[in-house]
Amino acid sequence: MSGDREIYFIKAMYEGLRDAMREDETVVVIGEDVDRSIIGATRGLIDEFGSERVRNTPISEATFVGACIGAAAVGLRPVVDLMVGSFFYVAMDQVGNQAAKLPYMSGGQISLPLVYFTASGPSGSAAAQHSESPHPMLMNLAGLKIVMPSTPHDAKGLMISAIREPNPVVYFQDAVLGGVKGPVPEETYAIPLGVSEVKREGDDVTVVAIGSLVLKALSVARELEEKGISVEVVDPRSLAPLDTETIIASVRKTGRLVVCDNARRTCSAASEIAATVSEQAWDALKAPPLRVAWENVPVPFSPELEKRVLVDEDDIRTAVMKTVGATAKV
Amino acid sequence: MTSPPANLDHDQLLQMMRRMLRIRRFEEKLAVLFKRGRLPGFIHLYIGEEAVAVGACSALVEADRITSTHRGHGHLIAKGAEVSRMMAELLGRRDGYCRGKGGSMHIVDFSLGIMGTNGIVGGGIPIAVGSAWGDKTQGRDSVTICFFGDGAANQGVFLEGMNLAAIWKLPVIFVCENNQYTEWTASSKLTSGEITDRGRALGVHAERVDGNDVVGVHEVVGAAVARARNAEGPSLIEALTYRWHGHNEGEEAFSGAYRPEDEIADWRSRDPIEQFRAKLRDWGILDDAGFEQLDKTEVDRVEEALSFAEAAELPDPEEALEHLFPGDQAASATEAV
Repeated sequence: MSGDREIYFIKAMYEGLRDAMREDETVVVIGEDVDRSIIGATRGLIDEFGSERVRNTPISEATFVGACIGAAAVGLRPVVDLMVGSFFYVAMDQVGNQAAKLPYMSGGQISLPLVYFTASGPSGSAAAQHSESPHPMLMNLAGLKIVMPSTPHDAKGLMISAIREPNPVVYFQDAVLGGVKGPVPEETYAIPLGVSEVKREGDDVTVVAIGSLVLKALSVARELEEKGISVEVVDPRSLAPLDTETIIASVRKTGRLVVCDNARRTCSAASEIAATVSEQAWDALKAPPLRVAWENVPVPFSPELEKRVLVDEDDIRTAVMKTVGATAKV
Repeated sequence: MTSPPANLDHDQLLQMMRRMLRIRRFEEKLAVLFKRGRLPGFIHLYIGEEAVAVGACSALVEADRITSTHRGHGHLIAKGAEVSRMMAELLGRRDGYCRGKGGSMHIVDFSLGIMGTNGIVGGGIPIAVGSAWGDKTQGRDSVTICFFGDGAANQGVFLEGMNLAAIWKLPVIFVCENNQYTEWTASSKLTSGEITDRGRALGVHAERVDGNDVVGVHEVVGAAVARARNAEGPSLIEALTYRWHGHNEGEEAFSGAYRPEDEIADWRSRDPIEQFRAKLRDWGILDDAGFEQLDKTEVDRVEEALSFAEAAELPDPEEALEHLFPGDQAASATEAV
């Protein structure tokens, strides 16, 4: 992989979209301003695939999110750029009552090959309505597969898998990762859904981190190595289905768990992972699992306030030190 | 109308009567079963509105599609669903259309072009727009009828869906079944202006039709279908009708009398089946003896459906954990090949 060129995360998403559209002409991309693309993942697609396959929609989230259900049921593979995670809430009937339930309610008569992708999480003083992380809420629905890559490499491979997948997939792009660069192969490749990756091996503490917090956890791990604390960083990559096997195996090795999630603490993905580990690997735990997640308030605007609510490296370090029985020195 | 419409032959007209009777007899049976506590859950009956579903669906071909509502039994039967498998679904049996996972409000058969019934008022509108978009994009000439009620006309997706269908010129026909009541409140108290004007405001061809006149509905919807197939985009049709039963069966336990008796009597005197029966008699297509024979066939069909459903197996409880991601099974089956 070291021979691969380095490209931006958002460009890796673009390549995943582009390759999936090249290999299957039923793949179509719709959303608000997808021709020029504010966030960037769909920019340029219209030049190659034209305005029938790359189509701007009105600001009618409920309707274009729901239209993809009908379109998928008759043979298209629609991909929606929802742009901002909180826009899911506008479309929630179609997501929660329709897309996530129709295949099941029908007794398995159809599957719905569709993808909803969006930037999510804080991007810096975007304030409460543009900083949401809806992934925990969507995990609770069942009926949706959910991914959140942390590297450009995973971003491309998971996009291709999401579009090839015969069931509904929600693809979250952690908003702060768009401009992060990393090695990405030129060729088309798929990273399977539901398979996590150990991003760094370690012996003392398992840190499960999601999205951009993987990078923060790796940074903390490198720093703590110098202090003699060996941190293993597991990136679930998919939140539904969740690769609990890898997480449990890691905790059985280290005996300690910290879960880092860019979401409000209550009913977060971190809560789910911590609970699962507590149920299934209680005997292996040397310390209580800890969640590193947001305070239970909307994300405020002012940088001073925002910092107080969100997760940073200090929070991760403090949690790791707590599980190993020491006090963090900042 | 002194003679039958030129575009409907005798067989088609008799088929329309058969399906109207099938809806009526099926639902009358459901009302009895509900009262006796033999149906799990709750049901919304379509009795009195049969001409809308049958008139509209008789203007479609098999490859065309519909989306339906919480009051959907009539649409399903009109699109060709089997009452035996519907009854089995309503009794929660494995031989039901959805293997017992859907129930009254969620019966579907995608192979019949039934793209969804819906427990959410207005929930089917985006899906109908989407199936029309999918068919058009793939070069098919199928059309989609989106059934919804007067209550759903006040949902945001009604405006959004018509707008998207209009700008993309999608082959979708929005059929608003105005049965006068939004749950337990007169829709006139909840709805500003005319529903058809909401279509006109978006440049969508809109018209109103007597929803108790099955031939009239057929003709108006048929014209809309022709426009849709001719790439002229969506239409909105408001069919004025009335539900004879309540919003849901058993409502009298809490609803009180919310509809004037004379209003109910007036609409009952305009029974869509009796009106159609009179026409078929006048046209020399179906005499009283013929009607009785048709009716008996449908009564028997419903009895057989009930016997079939009652004899059908209950699902294995473990099936509750299946069918979340049907694509997974399909994918692994493909890999196995």
